[in-house]
Amino acid sequence: MRSERAGLGLKLAAGLGLAFLHVPMLFILLYAFTTEDKSYQFPPPGLTLQWFAVAWGRQDIWNALWLSVRVAAVATALALVLGTLAAAALWRARFFGRDSITLLLVLPIALPGIVTGIALRSTFGLLEIPFSFWTIIVGHATFCVVVVYNNVIARFRRTSSSLIEASMDLGADGFQTFRYVVLPNIATALLAGGMLAFALSFDEVIVTTFTAGQQTTLPIWMLSELVRPRQRPVTNVVAVFVIAVTLVPILCAYWLTRGTESVAGAGK
Amino acid sequence: MVAAALRMNSPAVTFERVARHFGEVRAVDDVSFEIRDGEFFAMLGPSGSGKTTCLRLVAGFEQPDAGSIAIHGRPMRGVPPYERPVNTVFQDYALFPHMSVLDNVAYGLMVKGVAKGERIRRAEAMLEVVALGGYGGRRPAQLSGGQRQRVALARALVNEPEVLLLDEPLGALDLKLRQQMQVELKALQRKVGITFVYVTHDQDEALGMSDRVAVFNHGRIEQVGTPEEVYEHPVTAFVAGFVGAANLVDADLAARLTGRPEAFALRPERIEVEPANGADVLVEGTVTDRRYHGAATRLDVTLDGGQVLIVDRGNGAGGPLPAVGQRLRLGWSAAAMQPLPRGITA
Repeated sequence: MRSERAGLGLKLAAGLGLAFLHVPMLFILLYAFTTEDKSYQFPPPGLTLQWFAVAWGRQDIWNALWLSVRVAAVATALALVLGTLAAAALWRARFFGRDSITLLLVLPIALPGIVTGIALRSTFGLLEIPFSFWTIIVGHATFCVVVVYNNVIARFRRTSSSLIEASMDLGADGFQTFRYVVLPNIATALLAGGMLAFALSFDEVIVTTFTAGQQTTLPIWMLSELVRPRQRPVTNVVAVFVIAVTLVPILCAYWLTRGTESVAGAGK
Repeated sequence: MVAAALRMNSPAVTFERVARHFGEVRAVDDVSFEIRDGEFFAMLGPSGSGKTTCLRLVAGFEQPDAGSIAIHGRPMRGVPPYERPVNTVFQDYALFPHMSVLDNVAYGLMVKGVAKGERIRRAEAMLEVVALGGYGGRRPAQLSGGQRQRVALARALVNEPEVLLLDEPLGALDLKLRQQMQVELKALQRKVGITFVYVTHDQDEALGMSDRVAVFNHGRIEQVGTPEEVYEHPVTAFVAGFVGAANLVDADLAARLTGRPEAFALRPERIEVEPANGADVLVEGTVTDRRYHGAATRLDVTLDGGQVLIVDRGNGAGGPLPAVGQRLRLGWSAAAMQPLPRGITA
């Protein structure tokens, strides 16, 4: 065999691939500072911080941001409870239809968002449920639950089931066992799953389009803003903010779940 | 005081016609036995013989499908694990990885609501008992296998259980440490005076440590007795073969060797090579294999009819070892033959 080192061609291809993925992000960042507000001219005629001030002063942005934060927070909280319960139920139990339930549970994250969105919209229509804060939450919970479930069940699988028996054996009832043994063992998985769920909800567009009605979340606001050729850099300012808000929790989740095998493993 | 008097008189654990099935598998099949108060009781058997299921039935992790289990006379039907007066040392120790050693040991006291100062004092005292004083601040991951084993023991014993259940607790340790822990466990049991129920597949461990042994096979108990009884007077061919090594002689061969068609078991160390005098049974054969074990040499001696006897020749007396191919005379006393009334295929 030849050397383990990658050849020049492969390195170049990898570099180009990464550049293709991330250079457009840099342009988003750059145009948040441009002095020209009608079209994305390159290079920008000048740089300014004024759009940050304009964005700060716009109440519609604040309203959209506040709605997105509330939706993401409630959807995440719901997902933490339901995802953990689902993982606990499917971890050790063996019953007829268990594999089907597992599949049905993780399916929403595999299904195209547009299918989920249309399905929810027609369901709300059939049941004559008016669009509200809660219809957005339900839409987002479909995929947030999966993210939490996947994180928690992975942790459960690495946790020795004898830990729970040991706790019961030492006199702890079900609640005490959950409080003192199960929860500390899945805490970082919950935090990671919760952060991912929050980030997913915060920048979700497709399902939201079908379940929000007249309400405007931040990503929906950005989408509608793109078609208006006025104060375009304000959209970029908001985009930079969204990148920051979603990147930080994802990085935290990555750091938290890195190398936790030894923490979650049995005392062997 | 009434409870204490009851404790003195009643067996620590009673199994009465207990059965536990997993689908078609009869893990425990109509088993009855008693474990006496204060004894070191071993449950010995191959994997899948039902010994661990019996232990889990006592702990409350399994419920019997039939029959009843009592601990010191109190029926345990429907009593959850956290309300039973027993504690378990798990095979993988099951120490809580997110807690310090001290918090692990104090866990049982904590969930029972013992005040913090009191439980720390008692947990530290128990760590002293298992020779881990000063290790309380460490995490389980920072301890060696033998130390974790001791933490698991301390965590169980600090609750002062009426019965301590041990599920192959030395299985994960290497041989030297295992032998050392066998001695320590036995000494600890004498010190605390608690009934120990010890599950193992290692007959050497069971014989060396326990007051009585129950030999399990296919979900049933083949024999319960002291180590000497089980080894010297096995009631079935399975017990003879599982507890130590044995030559199982069927009725046909027995008729040829002794003149009586009664199957028996014969320990390899009870067969004398080139007996000087006084052997009740004498046979001749050819050495077909030889394995040197230090203290003794095990010989496969093929008799003229084709049957093979294993023979342990002690190396204490020295002298040349019999060579493969050599003709040998073997002899044994009538007392060495352990009758197997149910034959050798049980």
